[in-house]
Amino acid sequence: MEVADKLAILADAAKYDASCSSSGAKGRKGGPKGLGSTEGTGICHSYTPDGRCVSLLKILLTNVCIYDCQYCINRSSSSVRRARFTVQEVVDLTLDFYRRNYIEGLFLSSGIIRTPDYTMEQLVLVAKTLRTEHRFAGYIHLKTIPDASPELLDEAGRWADRLSINVELPTQENLDRLAPEKKLVQITGAMTHLRDRIDQAKGDAGPRRSLPVFAPAGQSTQMIVGATDATDATILSTASALYEGPKLRRVYYSGFSPIPDAASALPVVPTPLIREHRLYQADWLMRFYGFGADELTTREAPNLDLSMDPKVSWALRNRERFPVDVNRAPREDLLRIPGLGVRNVKRILASRRWMSIRIDDLRRLGIPLRRSLPFIITADHRPTLLGPDSLDLRDRIAPKAAQVDLFESAVAATHGEL
Amino acid sequence: MRTVVFAPTFDGWRVAARALLVEGVEPRSVVWQAGDDQQPLLGLADGQSADATSPATPDVMRVPRRFVEAAQWAACHRDAERWGLLYRVLWRLTHGERGLMEVAPDPDVHRLLRMEKAVRRAEHKMKAFVRFRSVEHEGETRYVAWFEPEHDVVEHAAPFFAERFASMAWSILTPGVCAHWDGESLSFSPGVPRSAAPGEDELEALWKTYYASTFNPGRLRPGAMRAEMPLRYWKNLPEAPLIAPLLHDAPARVRRMIEQRSEELKRPPRRTRDT
Repeated sequence: MEVADKLAILADAAKYDASCSSSGAKGRKGGPKGLGSTEGTGICHSYTPDGRCVSLLKILLTNVCIYDCQYCINRSSSSVRRARFTVQEVVDLTLDFYRRNYIEGLFLSSGIIRTPDYTMEQLVLVAKTLRTEHRFAGYIHLKTIPDASPELLDEAGRWADRLSINVELPTQENLDRLAPEKKLVQITGAMTHLRDRIDQAKGDAGPRRSLPVFAPAGQSTQMIVGATDATDATILSTASALYEGPKLRRVYYSGFSPIPDAASALPVVPTPLIREHRLYQADWLMRFYGFGADELTTREAPNLDLSMDPKVSWALRNRERFPVDVNRAPREDLLRIPGLGVRNVKRILASRRWMSIRIDDLRRLGIPLRRSLPFIITADHRPTLLGPDSLDLRDRIAPKAAQVDLFESAVAATHGEL
Repeated sequence: MRTVVFAPTFDGWRVAARALLVEGVEPRSVVWQAGDDQQPLLGLADGQSADATSPATPDVMRVPRRFVEAAQWAACHRDAERWGLLYRVLWRLTHGERGLMEVAPDPDVHRLLRMEKAVRRAEHKMKAFVRFRSVEHEGETRYVAWFEPEHDVVEHAAPFFAERFASMAWSILTPGVCAHWDGESLSFSPGVPRSAAPGEDELEALWKTYYASTFNPGRLRPGAMRAEMPLRYWKNLPEAPLIAPLLHDAPARVRRMIEQRSEELKRPPRRTRDT
């Protein structure tokens, strides 16, 4: 089989992994004889019409797999075409693409062939060859196989910037049903082992090095959304536990999308893009805005409201905490105001030392006033009838239905109309 | 009114602005007129007395580092009003508003920060969208790209390429200025027409295969794509011609997957292959 055919099959097989991030690595240069560098923020070199960024060459080493996870295009019972790259082919593709500035580096994953250890060895060999033989200093993300031996996981961390193990589903009960070979305990155990190694390496790390010490960009994982009946409350609580326990850098949420030759245990539905979007917003609120997972949903409504931002939802449920005075309130209260992002909160805190903030100032900062004004006090504004007590507030600040459709809707996703 | 002819670069502007500030010329009475590039004109300053660190410099020259940083970026913006804006902010900073750079909602600061942001974004997009093509010349491989930046960011971005592709010989050709790296040092030369750049690279076929295969037809968000990859860049991206056909075929591909599933659901379950 030609390399181009393999590439078509093995990129197609890898694309259901949402992560393509090349961020989190410390600045690094390959030096005069090397190739590559990393920047803290990462670079997206292209975008496909699904709105996702193309930052890394994201491929599988092989899509042959002995496991039979129902949601996966590569499960053993699927009839998709199979292919397998050699280690050298992946190394060459990575270098050829990198030299032309198509990519930031490689994201390599694989179906499980023979044994978990054998598969992990092959992945590690690709990364090691790039780093040692070609002095490649670009970004490498390796998928780690939870039941591979700890020595192999340690070696993966020596060559990679980021390691990831996908939990895929938020509970063991979900996994038992769709991915019986996966054990949540084993996955979180491997994550915890890696966390210890990453923490340890951080202590050892000197200043700028040309090669990573141990997975400097940390670990990430992915959960599939919509393949089971798990609620957003369950998904967010699992995510929160992963951020706190094994200290993951990122949890990705991947709306389950139709795949060729899908298993019969799965729903036949369009990708739940809006739900996925709301989960990302909620995730952001947990990581950067001081929200707890348990604040974002309620017992009565365990799923996020699809029609509005989870922060607006929270504010409407907690009206007694508003209005907040933008000229006086502490940072943590400003962060909870609908429409205010982290950067604008920082700007407000800096500028109010010199001036008194008015509505026009907020407008210039690009703050969506329709959403924010009912919840705030400024030097020239105090919400009265329009404030948090008014009954029709929800309708007034929720985006109009047409706007939701324009942004991204499940209907548009299947028909290709925007 | 005072017409100031100056070299339209950050350094050229700085020399002229310093002289005006020393003289106490108010921003509203200055007309900024870009002169021929490169050389500071008019003998406004001889370099010595204009040096911010020299003893001759009055204390009013001390400005926040944040202003210098923002101004260096904004100077590369293609808005002709940037020079007047920079001088107005400089004037205010040195006339009683020392904290001005922290007041992001102030109309002048807001405009300056927006310009800075636009130029930084243009520089970032250059790092992202430059596509090298390999060219064999006298037995040596050289990587050559054609790029059309949104603002004058080639000099800003060039060190990034020099670090990243240190072991390669490369050139980035643009209409305004070209950057070159020979493995040891960076150099710049005047802009060239597009015809000076190579037309193809056989590896682009593989790159397009990858681009088409990594696209998921089950989730269409062309608006999100265009927001991050503006149309102005498409003509120089080898993968961009695939966008229209991928979008066009996506609904049918998804329909086939769903129909295939529905057919399958009617059949008895298939035996799972032994592992």
